[in-house]
Order: sequence, then structure tokens, then C-alpha cells
Amino acid sequence: MSKYGYIAAAIALSAAITFFLRALPFLAFRGEHGMPGWLERLGKLLPQAIMAVLIVYCLKDVRTDWVHTGIPEIAGVIATAASYKWKHNTLVSILLGTATCMLLIHIL
Amino acid sequence: MKKRAFIKSLPIMCSYIFVAMAYGIMMEESGFAWYLSLLVSMTVYTGAFQFVLITFLSGGASLVTIALTAFLMNSRQSFYSLAFLDEFKAMGKRKWYMIHTMTDETFAVNTTLEADMPKKERQDMMFYVALFSRGYWMLGAVLGGVLGQLIPYDMEGIDFCMTALFVIIFIDQWEKNTSHRPALIGLAVGIVCLFIFGASSFMLPALLVTSGILIAMTGQKGAAHE
Repeated sequence: MSKYGYIAAAIALSAAITFFLRALPFLAFRGEHGMPGWLERLGKLLPQAIMAVLIVYCLKDVRTDWVHTGIPEIAGVIATAASYKWKHNTLVSILLGTATCMLLIHIL
Repeated sequence: MKKRAFIKSLPIMCSYIFVAMAYGIMMEESGFAWYLSLLVSMTVYTGAFQFVLITFLSGGASLVTIALTAFLMNSRQSFYSLAFLDEFKAMGKRKWYMIHTMTDETFAVNTTLEADMPKKERQDMMFYVALFSRGYWMLGAVLGGVLGQLIPYDMEGIDFCMTALFVIIFIDQWEKNTSHRPALIGLAVGIVCLFIFGASSFMLPALLVTSGILIAMTGQKGAAHE
């Protein structure tokens, strides 16, 4: 597959799946009854587990390059988490965390 | 009505323009121009997953990995739509647009609308909030892409904004949920899979195993109740 074919396929696939998920209740639950109970419970549990996997994904290169990736990214996570626990301001915490990480990459 | 919807959408504006700009800059840094950012923002239109898609695209992840990640990350949208099933059904031609524009933020604003608002007014309000929000998102993505081209400094590390966003979502979910088991399972499975399969191919097994464990857990709990 060519590079552009791959990118086009990936975007089309992502768009189709996302739209399908948003439309799913309209397709699957036309009647009065809602989702089955286990599916509803799964819907409550799944997001936190997936987000945890994604954080591991974001930090996947920490191990291989400790100085240039490890320290800046872990410091960034600490800055983000600590400031968010303190103020609960999304924008401030993203800015602070990213600035910490970028600064350390340049210094180290 | 448009003015009132605009006021309702102001908090979304602050976060969408900012986050979408970070997205556009990160796309540009990975070699994808502003029009690609616009295309993805217009068609996929989902915050967190769009960031993951950048690293997938530049790393050449398999379409299966992309599809499964899109499916698992965005499955929560199904639950949002479910809450507005009857209301969207009553909105005629606007129904499909309302479905496409359902995000964490528009869902949150829609749930804060007064229940005693006249039906027509409520529908218009939801429609314009959705319309404006999607506009902010696309605008931010384009601005970020253009800005990414103009910024002369080395932007290495800008992709950390994705990590920061996920850490914040993770903390929010942690505080909201009484059981932290799913989060800890995801974390443990992610780390174990990273060590077994390596950085470039651990996502697919990690997502499969995590959702497998959770499905088994919810199935069991359900059986115990019945």
C-alpha cells in the first residue's frame, strides 16, 4: 500500500468506526429497552482501563532512552498530575506539563 | 438563540481551540500539513483518539491496531448517544449531525440544559452548541498546523501534550470511580505487554487482553446478580 493510500485508509477507517459507535444506539436499540446490563457495566469500566493502557503507550520509550525521554517525560507527568490535583485546571496543567518536558529535553 | 448557544459553548471554545491547536502543531511536527489536520478533525472528530492516530500514522501501525484502538477509545460515545436517543430522533434532518458531533464536551453541556426548556428551544440549543463546537475544533486544528509551520524553534517534546491530556483524563476518571480495579488492570496489562511485545507492537495485545479481562469481570458480576 502506498503511503497516501495507507493514510487515507487509516483516516477513513477511523472516521467510519467513530461514526458507527456514535450511531450504534440508534441502530441497535430502536425499541424501548436499553442496553443489556453487562454491556452497561462494561461501558462504565472500560474507559479507565483503556486510558491506563494509553498512558503506558505514551511513555513506551522511557525505558529505551532514559536521559532524553525518561527524565523529561516522567517529570512532565509529575508536573501535570500534581498541578491538576491541586487546581483542577486542564489548560494550566497541560501547559505546565508540556513546558516541563520540553524544557528538560533541551537542557539534558 | 444563537447567542445563548454561543454563551453555553464558551467553556468548550476555550478547551477545544487550545487542544486542537496542540493537535495541529503535533501533526505538523510529524510531517502532516494543516489540511490533513482539518480533514481528520472534520471526519473523525474525537479528541483523544486523534492524538493517538498521529503516532500511529507516523509509526505505520497496522490498520487492525488503528481500528481496534478507535473502537475501544470511542466506544464511550455510544453511551452518550444512548442518553439522547429519543431527543435526537425527534430532530429530523439534524439527527445525523447530532450523532456525528457527540463528544465528551457536547454531552456534558447537553446534560446541563434545563429540562423545562421548550422542546424546540432545547433542540436548537443543542444543535448550535454542536455546530459551534465542531467549528472551534476545526479552527484550532488549522491554526495549530499553520502555527507549527511558522514557529522557528525546535518543538521537540510538544507531543507531550497528548500524555498530559491523558494523565488528566485518567485522574478525572480515577476520582469519579469508586473501584480502581479497571485502571490498575489496564496499567498492569499495558506494562507487561510492553515488556513482552516491545514498544512497536504491544498496543494490540494490551487492548485485547484488557478488554477481555473486563468483559469476563462484568459477565461474572452479572451472573452473580441474576
